[in-house]
Amino acid sequence: MNFDFSDDQKLLQQTARDYLAAHSPLSTCREILESDAPYAAALWKGAAEMGWQGAVIPEEFGGAGFGHLELAMIAYEVGRALAPIPFGPSVFVATEAILRHGSAAQKSAWLPKLANGSAIGTFAFTEKPGQNAAEAIAASVKDGKLSGVKLPVADGDVANLAVVAAKENGETGLYLVDLAGSGIERKTLESFDPSRSQATIRFDGARCEKLAGADANAIARLLDRAAVLTAFEQIGGADRALEITRAFIVGRYAFGKPIAANQAIKHRMADLWCEIEIARSNAYYAAWALANEDAELPVAACLARIAAADAFEKTTIEMIEFHGGVGYTWEYDCHLFYRRAKQLAGLLGTPKYWKNLLIDRLSTKKGAAQAA
Amino acid sequence: MDFNDTPEEAAFRAEARAWLEKNARPRTSMTPTISGEDLTAEIVKQSQAWQKKKAESGWACITWPKEYGGRGATPIQNAIWGQEQANFETPPDVFSIGIGMCGPTILTHGTPEQKKRWIPKLITGEEIWCQLFSEPSAGSDLAGLRTTAVKQGDEWVVNGQKIWTSGAQICEWGILVVRTDPAVAKHAGLTFFVVNMHSPGIEIRPITQINRGQGFNEVFFTDVRIPDDQRISAVGNGWAVSITTLMNERMSIGSGMGVGAIEDLVGFMDGIEIDGRPASEDRQVRERIAEFVVKARGLKYTSLRTLSALSQGKTPGPEASMSKLVGAVLQQHAASFAMEMAGTSSALRGEAAPAQAAWQERYLSLPGLRIAGGTDEILRNIIAERVLGLPPDARADKGLAFKDVPTGPPKA
Ligand SMILES: Cc1cc2nc3c(=O)[nH]c(=O)nc-3n(C[C@H](O)[C@H](O)[C@H](O)COP(=O)(O)OP(=O)(O)OC[C@H]3O[C@@H](n4cnc5c(N)ncnc54)[C@H](O)[C@@H]3O)c2cc1C
Ligand SMILES: Cc1cc2nc3c(=O)[nH]c(=O)nc-3n(C[C@H](O)[C@H](O)[C@H](O)COP(=O)(O)OP(=O)(O)OC[C@H]3O[C@@H](n4cnc5c(N)ncnc54)[C@H](O)[C@@H]3O)c2cc1C
Repeated sequence: MNFDFSDDQKLLQQTARDYLAAHSPLSTCREILESDAPYAAALWKGAAEMGWQGAVIPEEFGGAGFGHLELAMIAYEVGRALAPIPFGPSVFVATEAILRHGSAAQKSAWLPKLANGSAIGTFAFTEKPGQNAAEAIAASVKDGKLSGVKLPVADGDVANLAVVAAKENGETGLYLVDLAGSGIERKTLESFDPSRSQATIRFDGARCEKLAGADANAIARLLDRAAVLTAFEQIGGADRALEITRAFIVGRYAFGKPIAANQAIKHRMADLWCEIEIARSNAYYAAWALANEDAELPVAACLARIAAADAFEKTTIEMIEFHGGVGYTWEYDCHLFYRRAKQLAGLLGTPKYWKNLLIDRLSTKKGAAQAA
Repeated sequence: MDFNDTPEEAAFRAEARAWLEKNARPRTSMTPTISGEDLTAEIVKQSQAWQKKKAESGWACITWPKEYGGRGATPIQNAIWGQEQANFETPPDVFSIGIGMCGPTILTHGTPEQKKRWIPKLITGEEIWCQLFSEPSAGSDLAGLRTTAVKQGDEWVVNGQKIWTSGAQICEWGILVVRTDPAVAKHAGLTFFVVNMHSPGIEIRPITQINRGQGFNEVFFTDVRIPDDQRISAVGNGWAVSITTLMNERMSIGSGMGVGAIEDLVGFMDGIEIDGRPASEDRQVRERIAEFVVKARGLKYTSLRTLSALSQGKTPGPEASMSKLVGAVLQQHAASFAMEMAGTSSALRGEAAPAQAAWQERYLSLPGLRIAGGTDEILRNIIAERVLGLPPDARADKGLAFKDVPTGPPKA
């Protein structure tokens, strides 16, 4: 039993942190937030040169051939930096889908491009507001042509490739769509976190290829995997928000002493620290389950997802509060974190959805144990 | 990262399980963390018999050195043992203070003679130990304690009062911290002793808890004589020794949080209806339970992370405060919630509401757990100051000799 990342993994993490400190300070996130650019293209390219997009892609397809523990470390650093790049949708979902369910031809067509950053992937899943992850899908496929509307699609305006959930002969499956093809109309949507873009995509007889290896459970499994990696991204963001807040409250004096000397602040900082540690422990467990394809993954993914989303959001709420008036200004960075926390919590189904899923999965396990 | 046992760990686990299967019955129900039951002679006897049985087979205090009767096992092996033992019905434990706090303190600060004198009988369960720290005016502010010891020849003469002393009525020995110099700053004037609880001049009076149990006591000292060879560490070094006890206390209370039982709420929900529908279909019920489970599992995995740090030779720091801080309030909320699920009959007790009994027991015992071994507020201060490096509270006793420290509202 050893419940920690290895020294090599930590070294990789440090390299990622150094790179992002140099190439993605918070001003990079702000630039994207304030401009019309959908993502930081130079950073995306640099990340690919560092091998991050291809972290778990085998070397034969141009990837680094690492495991998911290494990818989790990178995800954490991407989260810490609030890096404004389409990392999660492309790496945690689209790449995973092809790796797990793609044919040899699909793999050689797309994985090298995903690895070197020349292609951005995304997951086109939900179709209407209020829909959580796994509810009814209306998009349909007939004779290799896909029709339907997907909303929202994270990075759907810039992606080259979409993994689309759709029905064919009444069965839900996953389909690859080259977004350069015809019968595709995309529209950028206003994003609550403008440092990350959102779109809607209308497919009208667009050419698609089935990911033949995907069975009925594939979508749920894919979301589980993405949830674990996203949890690391969220915990990275939460850690950074707490660090920035800590530095501020120690330096800011009111009533003749640091505001951090008041228990009203200190104690809430301690509670936030506990929230984040609880999230980190759940995420470590889930990362282990992911890396080992363990049967615990479905439950562990829920635990990681719920804890990380809640910890990140709570930390950013207090971040603004503890900064006082300046925390409420556009100029200070607090709102970058506040927005990103909500943006990440909305992807892949909200915490509310995952909480219900957790109870389902625990009940099923219990039922199975009793039957045995 | 690896959650699975190594071959050596698996072998150790199998050995532990085999012994437990031969010597105990598998666990069938969840048991409350702190029992409201009195510490009856029968319970003490059962607990001692179980401890003796374990000691005879080398399964008691397994991380302690072999030369004093331990097994010299690693922290990981200890955790494996704990996991396995938790699957079996075992008698209420009257040794948690002795083994969790007193033993480690003596092993850290005692002389070889002192270790030889006390540790073996602690392991075999022949002698039960208690912790005489808190006083009526010194709980969170432990260093404000006023019980005094004055040296007379080879002995110390102790006068004063301790309170909240768990188990004092059944103990042979107690660890005691007292003031030996009131003229210096409060932390500097303390000294640490081991005292025999049958010494002349000691009077023990039980206190009844809100759950009617009588786990803790007042202990009065009137000219109690303690030989100088029962002093632990130097005169004036009592605070440093006490900190060792407190660090161990938090770890041992925290690790026994019983958060595993939180998951029983999933099954509990199956048997309950809310307005004619199964509670298991109520989304709010489900989401609350999910939040409890996330915290409980997070604590469980945190303890495994601590263990990994231990096995890499790192000492667990003040982070260990988290498990009690988060775990106690989590259980209190979970118990409150479980009671609420019974609707109007949540106000019933005993045979009228059998399914709830265990949760009610917890609801009544958890307030004690939030206070014992450092209140929530003190633990938050520790995390804020020691982990996050935030500034200490402003204090009114700084730089004062103990005798000059304010102890109540100013006189009108
Ligand atoms: C939307 C908005 C409108 C405003 N409009 C006006 C206006 O019209 N006129 C005007 O004069 N001002 C206005 N203000 C200023 C406002 O009154 C101050 O921002 C507020 O009093 C906090 O002061 P501060 O920003 O200096 O933060 P600080 O005082 O530095 O506080 C930072 C953090 O420390 C905490 N803190 C500080 N002292 C303590 C303590 N003793 N105990 C516990 N916690 C403490 C605070 O609660 C906060 O979380 C406005 C502010 C906002 C956000
Ligand atoms: C079930 C139980 C078993 C116990 N067993 C033992 C035992 O075996 N041996 C032993 O020595 N003691 C024992 N104790 C005592 C326990 O350690 C003390 O009760 C505890 O440390 C709190 O001290 P107090 O009761 O004097 O409360 P106080 O210290 O007076 O605290 C009262 C309230 O004020 C708050 N407070 C105090 N100081 C601060 C501060 N600086 N900042 C913010 N809030 C503050 C506290 O958090 C608390 O809410 C036991 C207690 C219980 C409940």
